[in-house]
Amino acid sequence: MTDTTYAQLSNDAVYSAILVLFLALVGYVVYLAKVAPARARGDASRAPARELVAAGGALSSTDGAPASGTADGAGAAAGRAAGPAASGADEAGEESLGARKAAGIARSLTVLGTLLLVAGVVLRAAEVHRWPLGNMYEFALAGAMFTLLGYVAWSTRRDLRWMGAFVMAPVLAVLGSAVSVWYTDASALMPSLRSYWLAVHVTIATLSVAVFTLGAVAGVLYLLQDRIESRAGAGGSFMTRLPPGRGLERMAYSAHVVAFPLWTFTVIAGAIWARQAWGSYWNWDPKEVWSFVIWVVYAAYLHARATSGWKRQNATWIALAGFVCLILNFAVVNVFVVGQHSYSGL
Amino acid sequence: MSTTRDTPLSTQPLPDDGGRGPGAPLAQPRLGPRGWLRFLWRQLTSMRTALFLLLLLAVAAIPGSTFPQRSIDATRTAQWITEHPSAGPLLDRLGFFEVYASPWFAAVYLLLFVSLIGCVVPRTRIHWHQLRSRPPRAPRRLERLPAHAEETLDGTPEEVRERLRESLRRRRYRVHAHDDTTLSAEKGYARETGNLVFHLALVGVLVGVAWGHLLGWKGDVIVPVGQTFANTLSRYDTFSPGPWVDPNDLAPYTIRLDAMDVTFETEDTGRGQFGMPRDFRASTTFTDADGSSSRREISVNHPLETGAGSVFLLGNGYAPHITVKDADGTVVYSDATPFLAQDNNYTSVGAVKVPGAEPDDLGFAGFFLPTGVIDDESGPHSVFPDTLDPQLVLTAFSGELFPDGTPQSVYTLDTTAMTPLKGKDGADQLRILLRPGESYELPGNRGTVTFDGVERFAGLSIRTDPGKTLTLVSALLALAGLVLSLVVRRRRVFVRVGPAEAPGRTVVSVGGLAKDDDEGMADEVAAVLTAPEGTR
Repeated sequence: MTDTTYAQLSNDAVYSAILVLFLALVGYVVYLAKVAPARARGDASRAPARELVAAGGALSSTDGAPASGTADGAGAAAGRAAGPAASGADEAGEESLGARKAAGIARSLTVLGTLLLVAGVVLRAAEVHRWPLGNMYEFALAGAMFTLLGYVAWSTRRDLRWMGAFVMAPVLAVLGSAVSVWYTDASALMPSLRSYWLAVHVTIATLSVAVFTLGAVAGVLYLLQDRIESRAGAGGSFMTRLPPGRGLERMAYSAHVVAFPLWTFTVIAGAIWARQAWGSYWNWDPKEVWSFVIWVVYAAYLHARATSGWKRQNATWIALAGFVCLILNFAVVNVFVVGQHSYSGL
Repeated sequence: MSTTRDTPLSTQPLPDDGGRGPGAPLAQPRLGPRGWLRFLWRQLTSMRTALFLLLLLAVAAIPGSTFPQRSIDATRTAQWITEHPSAGPLLDRLGFFEVYASPWFAAVYLLLFVSLIGCVVPRTRIHWHQLRSRPPRAPRRLERLPAHAEETLDGTPEEVRERLRESLRRRRYRVHAHDDTTLSAEKGYARETGNLVFHLALVGVLVGVAWGHLLGWKGDVIVPVGQTFANTLSRYDTFSPGPWVDPNDLAPYTIRLDAMDVTFETEDTGRGQFGMPRDFRASTTFTDADGSSSRREISVNHPLETGAGSVFLLGNGYAPHITVKDADGTVVYSDATPFLAQDNNYTSVGAVKVPGAEPDDLGFAGFFLPTGVIDDESGPHSVFPDTLDPQLVLTAFSGELFPDGTPQSVYTLDTTAMTPLKGKDGADQLRILLRPGESYELPGNRGTVTFDGVERFAGLSIRTDPGKTLTLVSALLALAGLVLSLVVRRRRVFVRVGPAEAPGRTVVSVGGLAKDDDEGMADEVAAVLTAPEGTR
């Protein structure tokens, strides 16, 4: 096949992925809409139930031992149900058939869309004859792909159907921007990018951003849920179908715990490469400055969360500030700031 | 940075590290000077301060990306200051154009590191103490611990306890029996070890950076093809040594530039791609201090390691060979003269200075165009970076080249004490357009200028950084410590056994206590309890 064929196939795959993921988004939204009122009625009488437990954590139900997590009593005391994330069989019965169907279809579409996007990235690589991470368009594709892969992988371990809509929306936004604003025809790389460090540094950077994205989604949902929980007698919104605030906060934290070392590695690998290509491992290039800022802000988040005197809400706000810096680093610094990382292809 | 002192990990008294916590005497009426120092020290090493300093560091770093930085692009910085006559000088005085060398930026990170050391050192002491001590005695009422389970098992209390001891050991717990009916077990010491390694390694990174700054140096030199660079101070175009470097003590090696190969994009006509550089490659002959020579190639991403500095290929361009003869035909200037590229198509500027000309100094300034086009709109410029139609566009001046004797750039002409030569057709300014091999006769019997041909030059940057290995090792250690501190969980498990009512049966009570937020502790307790049954 010629490069042009690959290009056409890659673009077709990406556009199909966008369509399929959009349908998945619709499915997840229908799911949330269908489960919301049912939960609102049943909620008040329910006792604080189980915490989020990884599916397959069968040991948590040992002989009536209170299976709530270590110090969960206080967190769950808001009188809210654990939501569908608890893997008990009793939960399934409460979802209407329509809701389950919608979520099932959405999940299949998510897997299909993810595979299409993977195909899009692989075909792009075949088209350009190099690692497909050389400009903004390719970063965006890979970032969206890793976010989807992360979501799909995570949802094999716990029920994340409630999260689908909140993952599909940002992924679609990124893919939409990629094909409309950032699209770049296939091109060879400038000399400084010709290095195996491109595969190491940029791949891990993109993966890290994807995991940070999942963490930010959980973080935003936590802050929302927390606000709802602190209002007495709230209910009826689809948010009641989500895990309680404490569980969401934990999910946000665990995503950041994965992403932060990846980002640390990104910075170190970037420094090693910078020394090879530019002669000095740290040049305070604008992109380096922002990578450093992001690292420091997320480090502050981890410290804030480890400090007992700090509220989890405030810590989460710091994490979200870090995510804003990530977005700025990608969408603004790449395009508008002159520096040695000016490879946007725009 | 002290964390979570009031989480209920410990049932034993904490080693005294200054007694921070709810009961700390923060508001005593009279502190005295030593008391104040202690108070300030505790404030500085507190987590709250560390967090504040971290966020401050992030904010303080941002101006370095929004304002041009002198260390990266001095020209753009000077231009910015000129364009902003009111804000420019003020910001300059405040250090906004050298953010990372400014006192306020240094203040933030130094305070942060003092805070870090002030926190990590006492914690290292505590951790060292804990690593060598046994897990504490089991509390009396295990059911009060956050995770707890109780069960009646077959076997005498003694047998059951031994089975549990084995089970805990298999789960990598450190187990100790303080008496006959209990077990105390603890694991996950690596969490705090990793945490401390991470923070101490950050100090290593800082020391490595400082070491490289003090003892490293870098120098840039432009070498046209065919010429040889000798590693002595006088040969460098710019040389910036660290404060502790003796610049006269450089290893005496030479590098001859045999060829410079550059490839540009000629096929891809996509957005912004045509004419982009694709490959830079400098073929050199490297002769070390002992006099042994070898062919070495330098390309982007592949520096030449000399053992006394690494040679990077960071720039390239054109050095037209220009010859100036006086009216008698005597050569007064003949050299490959580097012109600096101004855009992606290598529209290059440069100057030729002929101090010994008669009747007074001669100077030429102008453009070299690898593929030249001259139009009224944008003046002389190049439309492709390779030499498809090389042209030299010069203006000529006479007068005094170095009026005040101060050093000046070799790429620009200081025309304050010079007058332009007039054109033959009466124009105010003589313009000379030359293609390779062409000569031009200067007016007023001043001789000729000839464009002999054009060579490429390589922009080499030679650098040493003795701190880089320490920085790299420290950074990797920090990463390893970070992963440990985030992944490992610190857990304590206590076991108490007692005879059940039925003979040959034993009541086992297991309690678990986790440091930090640990949702798996209940599972852990259950697993410890069920394991001995499974092995029966």
